[in-house]
Amino acid sequence: MPKVIKTRTEFEGHVFEEYVVVEGEGLSAWDAQTPLRYIGRQIPRTDGPERVTGKAVYTFDVQLPGMLYGKILRSPHPHARIKSINTQRAERLPGVRAVLSFKNAPKLSFRQGQTFLFDEIVRYVGDEVACVIADEEEIAEDALELIEVEYERLPFVLDPEEALRPEAPNVQPSGNLLNGKPDIYERGDLDRGFSQADLIVERTFRTQCALHNCLETHGSVALWEGDALTVWDSTQHIFGVRAGLAQLLGLPLHKVRVIKRYMGGGFGSKNGLGKYTVIAALGAKATGRPVKIMLDRHEENLAAGNRPSTIQHLKVGARRDGTLTALELKAIVNAGAFCTWPPSVGGPARQLYLCPNVKTEQYTVFTNTGPLSAFRAPGYVEGTFALESLMDELAHELKIDPLELRLKNYAEIDQTTGRPYSTKGLREAYERGAKLFGWKALTSNPSPVAHLRERGGAVGERATKLRGVGMASQIWSGNGMPPAYAIVKINPDGTATVVTGTQDIGTGTKTVLAQIAAEELGFPIEKISVEIGDTQLGLYAPLSAGSMTVASVGPAVRLAAHEARQQLLDVAAQVLEVPRESLAICDGLLSSPALKEAVAIKDVLEKLENFMIIGRGAREPNPEDVAVNTFGAQFAEVTVDTETGEVKVERIVAVHDSGRVINPLTLSSQIEGGIIQGLGYALFEQRVVDRNTGVVVNDNLENYKLPTALDIPEIVFEMVDRPDHRANNLGAKGVGEPPIIPTAAAIANAVANALGIRIYELPLTREKILKALKRV
Amino acid sequence: MATKAVRPKKRKIAVRGPGKTPIKLIVNGETHELLVEPRRTLLDALRKDLGLTGTKRACDEGTCGACTVLLDGKPIYACMALALECEGRSIETVEGLARNGKLHPIQAAFIEEDALQCGFCTPGQIMSVKALLDENPNPTLEDVKRAVSGNLCRCGAYPKIFKAALRAAELLRSGS
Repeated sequence: MPKVIKTRTEFEGHVFEEYVVVEGEGLSAWDAQTPLRYIGRQIPRTDGPERVTGKAVYTFDVQLPGMLYGKILRSPHPHARIKSINTQRAERLPGVRAVLSFKNAPKLSFRQGQTFLFDEIVRYVGDEVACVIADEEEIAEDALELIEVEYERLPFVLDPEEALRPEAPNVQPSGNLLNGKPDIYERGDLDRGFSQADLIVERTFRTQCALHNCLETHGSVALWEGDALTVWDSTQHIFGVRAGLAQLLGLPLHKVRVIKRYMGGGFGSKNGLGKYTVIAALGAKATGRPVKIMLDRHEENLAAGNRPSTIQHLKVGARRDGTLTALELKAIVNAGAFCTWPPSVGGPARQLYLCPNVKTEQYTVFTNTGPLSAFRAPGYVEGTFALESLMDELAHELKIDPLELRLKNYAEIDQTTGRPYSTKGLREAYERGAKLFGWKALTSNPSPVAHLRERGGAVGERATKLRGVGMASQIWSGNGMPPAYAIVKINPDGTATVVTGTQDIGTGTKTVLAQIAAEELGFPIEKISVEIGDTQLGLYAPLSAGSMTVASVGPAVRLAAHEARQQLLDVAAQVLEVPRESLAICDGLLSSPALKEAVAIKDVLEKLENFMIIGRGAREPNPEDVAVNTFGAQFAEVTVDTETGEVKVERIVAVHDSGRVINPLTLSSQIEGGIIQGLGYALFEQRVVDRNTGVVVNDNLENYKLPTALDIPEIVFEMVDRPDHRANNLGAKGVGEPPIIPTAAAIANAVANALGIRIYELPLTREKILKALKRV
Repeated sequence: MATKAVRPKKRKIAVRGPGKTPIKLIVNGETHELLVEPRRTLLDALRKDLGLTGTKRACDEGTCGACTVLLDGKPIYACMALALECEGRSIETVEGLARNGKLHPIQAAFIEEDALQCGFCTPGQIMSVKALLDENPNPTLEDVKRAVSGNLCRCGAYPKIFKAALRAAELLRSGS
């Protein structure tokens, strides 16, 4: 009988308890003695051929018979009331099939009531005003220009500090501070902690607003068949989109189907239901034809989310030997116009180091700018930059090696819960990383800057290149959680199909799930297919975010494969008339000492006509007595050109601990990708909003600078690769977000080391470097 | 920071339109007759009129390289060319690389090296590498970096794209 229990889960720095139904028998993670054929092997992506041939159909590529296109009219003002809207001229344009606005669309509450699908108040430049549905995209675009909107401009505020002032205009009716109060965490006695300190270092750090710029923009295709709605959506959470659509449109769940086959990046920005999806559904309803709405690059950069800017006042107290006595963070986060899921900027301050007295206070503030969304390790990238920069300053003041200082304050338990970590390989990551990097040699000189300058040029020559090194640490969840379900079907021909409702957002989920099933079943991986990305498959799996897909869905797949294997053995023993215990399955063949030669599974199952084996698996609850986290350390070497201000990252060494590695090949792509995104964030990515108009001036890829092929440093990395037997039945934890967390901090520390001056604000642009150098 | 600006050379073309006009496009060696508005880009003609959605639209303004195709053997951004300008010229897209169900060595190398994550920039990357290797069968790492410097990859597959390009060059040289 299924048992309902409570389990604790951590998702992107937020901890909560939830009920979970436990069923079936548990499995323990493979031990070191178990020979593994697929787990831990470099398996190329099983869907690689589709992706390299152009055959993979992304949402952007879906074309249905009779399909119309939708284009959204967006607010040119940061804050305004729509006095009137006249769509008649647009409607008369040949080829226009419908124009939707607040005048004719249902008033649907969005983002927990902070806005409506079409609101009469627009709260940022880019807010949705109307949508034209037309035969061709070009016609829809033409029609947008024919819509006449009269706005009453309202006072606006763009800066979060200004927005907190009492005289600031209200972005949301309830005020500009999310929930009306800061989010506070406290442990120990902060005052006592600071009074025990021999040294207190206090600084203010600023991080920029970064844009995801997924290459496939956000968008959906909606199709009605009778009263049933099918939506193709570029989403990280098909079941979340289904639930949202059903609720907003008043549909039962079984009448809504959401499909996501391939997707061109999400990075957290596609975690939930978008207005464009609902508008496409309404447009399809109104016209009786399928409707496609894909945002263009500019809309993507206005309305599809961002990593919010932060201001972090950070104060640390330490004894002379480096022992931390107190840590205080006051963070202000610029949420933009709407926010239902604030990033946890204080996470690293609360968790990374052993410190008895800690207080974090976060003000998430509404402004008249584009709304934030999750962005790969939300909050932790920002928080780690500040904390790890300040740790370096502290080390400098105390004349302690930065790595030594971190080891001095190593936390063996999770101080937010008092639980020991299930496994923690951070010490090993530090040690292996330092060795790979050559940290000791590079930092041993009493005057590291001078020492490194020598490496920049020949003796006597005026050095125009400064070299520097720095490092930073990472903590993140990545534990995975229930509920997640899978079935494994064994077909009569000896092939098997894994079915689950997760989605592969480019991380290699499909391949990893095939490996897990092949391993457990004893089948060749070529005989496994994986069906995901469709709510109609019926098996819930959580959103692909929080580095939790493998650790959530993988264990369910293994359990399902295990159950299927048990059934197969039951059946085979009877068909072959051999003792069940004597049977083994390897490489898709059944063998037994009682058999002359191995028998193909196909030969057994085909005797049973179309009998089909179906194994079920459900993700087990998380352990109650331990904290399950991921860890890592990165080391950076940079050169700074003192004449141009250009920072070149020469190399990054990374060592991470995410438990067992299932596929070193796809994992290495995650690590490199995270580091490269972190590099862009450290050096050049930044949304720029015009102070006078609220307009984003670089809402395109020309002026919003992403890393290119020419910016890539040498990347060396290793995994601790030790199975976490308490985490789940795979021993694996997530790796999607960990690699981006420490990169900017490590680069900033290396730049500070090179310059001998610290810059407290990201990104480290040439302008800032040159300004800093003038102060020398 | 795209550094490689690639645009087709402007050629004199007869005034056509307004409204849809018939054109012939030669794509992957096959001639297609279609009816498009003069303002239709080569990218949209490939994707919408010919159903060749392997060439991706990510910015539609010549800043990302996802729509890279070969026009008379040279890599161009298909979003920056009008379909009309390409009439009668040889257009090569990612769909034309695999022959008789066998992957092109560049495609095989991309899979083996895992030179892709979400895969959305991949067709463009592959076409840029194809243009490079057609011209220079023995490229250096720097050559490869320059060749794909106009192709953004948000997932950060660059290190593996470099490896895949060099591996593909090797495969092609050895004739496999």
